[in-house]
Amino acid sequence: MLVVEKNSLTAEIEAMVEKYGNSRSSLLPILQDVQRNHKFVSEFAQQEVARLLDIHPVEVYSVISFYSFLHSKPMGRNIVRLCQTITCDMMGKVNVAKAIERELGISFGETTKDNKFTLEYANCLGMCDQGPAMLVNDKIYPRLTPEKAVEILNEIG
Amino acid sequence: MDENKIARDGAVIFSEYTRGEVIKKVVELNRDDILFELKESKLKGRGGAGFPTSTKWMLTAAAKADNKYVICNADEGEPGTFKDRVLLLEYPELVFDGMVIGGYTVGAKYGIVYLRGEYEYMLKSLQDYLEAMRNENLLGKNICGKEGFDFDIEIRLGSGAYVCGEETALIESLEGARGEARNRPPYPVNTGFMGRPTSVNNVETFASVVHIVTKGGQWFKQHGTDKSTGSKLFSVSGDCANPGVYELPWGTTINELLDKVGAVNTKAVQVGGASGVCLSKDQFERQLAYEDAGTGGSIMIFNESRDMVHVLKNFMEFFVEESCGQCTPCRIGNVKLLEGVEMIEKGEYTFRYINQLKELGATMQVASKCGLGQSSPNSFISILENFKEEIFNNGNGGTNGK
Repeated sequence: MLVVEKNSLTAEIEAMVEKYGNSRSSLLPILQDVQRNHKFVSEFAQQEVARLLDIHPVEVYSVISFYSFLHSKPMGRNIVRLCQTITCDMMGKVNVAKAIERELGISFGETTKDNKFTLEYANCLGMCDQGPAMLVNDKIYPRLTPEKAVEILNEIG
Repeated sequence: MDENKIARDGAVIFSEYTRGEVIKKVVELNRDDILFELKESKLKGRGGAGFPTSTKWMLTAAAKADNKYVICNADEGEPGTFKDRVLLLEYPELVFDGMVIGGYTVGAKYGIVYLRGEYEYMLKSLQDYLEAMRNENLLGKNICGKEGFDFDIEIRLGSGAYVCGEETALIESLEGARGEARNRPPYPVNTGFMGRPTSVNNVETFASVVHIVTKGGQWFKQHGTDKSTGSKLFSVSGDCANPGVYELPWGTTINELLDKVGAVNTKAVQVGGASGVCLSKDQFERQLAYEDAGTGGSIMIFNESRDMVHVLKNFMEFFVEESCGQCTPCRIGNVKLLEGVEMIEKGEYTFRYINQLKELGATMQVASKCGLGQSSPNSFISILENFKEEIFNNGNGGTNGK
C-alpha cells in the first residue's frame, strides 16, 4: 500500500470516527462504512480503527470475523448474495445459481478475475414470498429466473 | 421491488391509523395508564418467545438509572419470516410511534432500531421518515409540547448474523462486540445496552402497542383466544397460490390458513421457521396460538412433491452456519444433527444412532446457552417423528424413496 493511500484511508476513518464517536459501540457502523467503500477491511484499516477507538487491533479482527457481511480479505466490486434458504430453494434457486456460475465463469465463494463480482450464498433474505431472491450489494432482486438474474448482473457497470 | 397484491385487511394491526395520533394521546396520559392498558390487553411479544410486553415495560420503567433505552428488534432472520419487512416498508408509523410510546412509558430518551444488514435497502426511506417525524415534533425535544418528554430514534444496521436476533446478542452487537448471547440473569430490563435498563421488543410488538393504546386493552382482547390475545401477522411462503403477509386472529387453525392462501395437496407445514416445528396432515386442525402451535409468524408450506429430508437438510445447514460457536451443545450438536440427516439421505444409518441423535437434540434444547441452540433441534425431532413413514418406512429399504 502506498503512503498516500494509507494517508487517505486514515483520513477517511478519522472522519467516520468523528461522525459516529470514538466509543466502542461505534465499531460496527465504522467497519460497515469501510466495508461499503472498500469492499473489505484491510489490516491497515483494522489497525487504524483500533488506534482511533483505543482498543486492541485483534478486537477489531474478532468482530470482523464474526459477521458474514464484513470481510478481511479483498472482495469483488459487487458482492452478489443468492438466498439459499428453503423457500427460495424450492422456487428454483439451483437453476439460478448454475446460470450465474456459467455466465461469470466462477463458482460460489469465488471472485471473477476482473474483480467485478464476488459470488456468495446468503441465508434467508426475507423475500420468501417472492423467491428466488438475491442481493447485489445492498439492492434486493426478487422473483429471479436464470435469465433475469444474468441480465441483472450484465446491467451492472 | 413489487409487493404481492394481497389486500392488507386486518382487524387490529392493519386497521386505520395516522402518524402521530397515538403520541398526541400518550402525552396526556401517565405511565401507569399505559401499563394498565397493556396489562389488560395481555399482549405477548411478537418475536416468537411470547413474553408479556406489559411486564417487560414495567420492569424497565421500575429500574432506576440515569439512562434507559428502547430497542426495536428488526433483525428479522428466521427463515420464512418477512412481516417486519412489510411493516417497516408500508407501516413505519406504527413501528416508530410504538417506540415513542415505549420511550415515554419506560422513561427512555433514546431508541434504537437494529435493522438487519440484509434490509439496508430500506435505510434511506426509514431515515427520511424519522426526519419527517422530527419536523412534526413527534421526535426530539418536548414532544408534542410535553415539557421534558425527549425521545429520538437511531437506526443501526446488523451485518448478517442470525444470532443477533437474540436480544442479548443484539445488545452485544450494538456495543461493538461479536454477537454472542449473554448469560441471563441479569436481563436487559435491568442491565442492557451500555449496562442500562433496556427494553428490546419486536417490530410487530410496537405496532400492536399503538393500536392498544389508541383503542384500549379491552378492544384488543376481543380478538384472538383467551391466552393469545389480538391478531398476528403471518408470513406465508412455499407451496401456495398466494404467498405473503396475512393478519389473522390467534386461534386460526392451520387448515383455515391453508384455505385462505390457496394451498392444495399440502403435506407439511413448518410453523415458526427453521427453529419451529413441522406439522403433518393429521395436525392441521391445531390452532396457531401461544398455547398450541406458537410462532413468530413464519409459515412455510410444503406440498406432496417435496422431499422432507431435503427440507430438513436445508434447515440444519442453516443452523450449522449460523451457530455462533460460543457454547458446545449448539456448536457441535448442530453439526452432528446435520451429519445424521446426510446419513439418512444416503441410506447409511442405524435406528439406534438416529435415536441417539434425537436424544442429543433434547440435550441441546436444555443445555444450549441461547434460543438458537435451544430451538434448532425442533425441526430435526419433529420432521423425523411426523414424517417417519415417508423417510424410514417407505418400502425402499429406508432410503427415502430413492
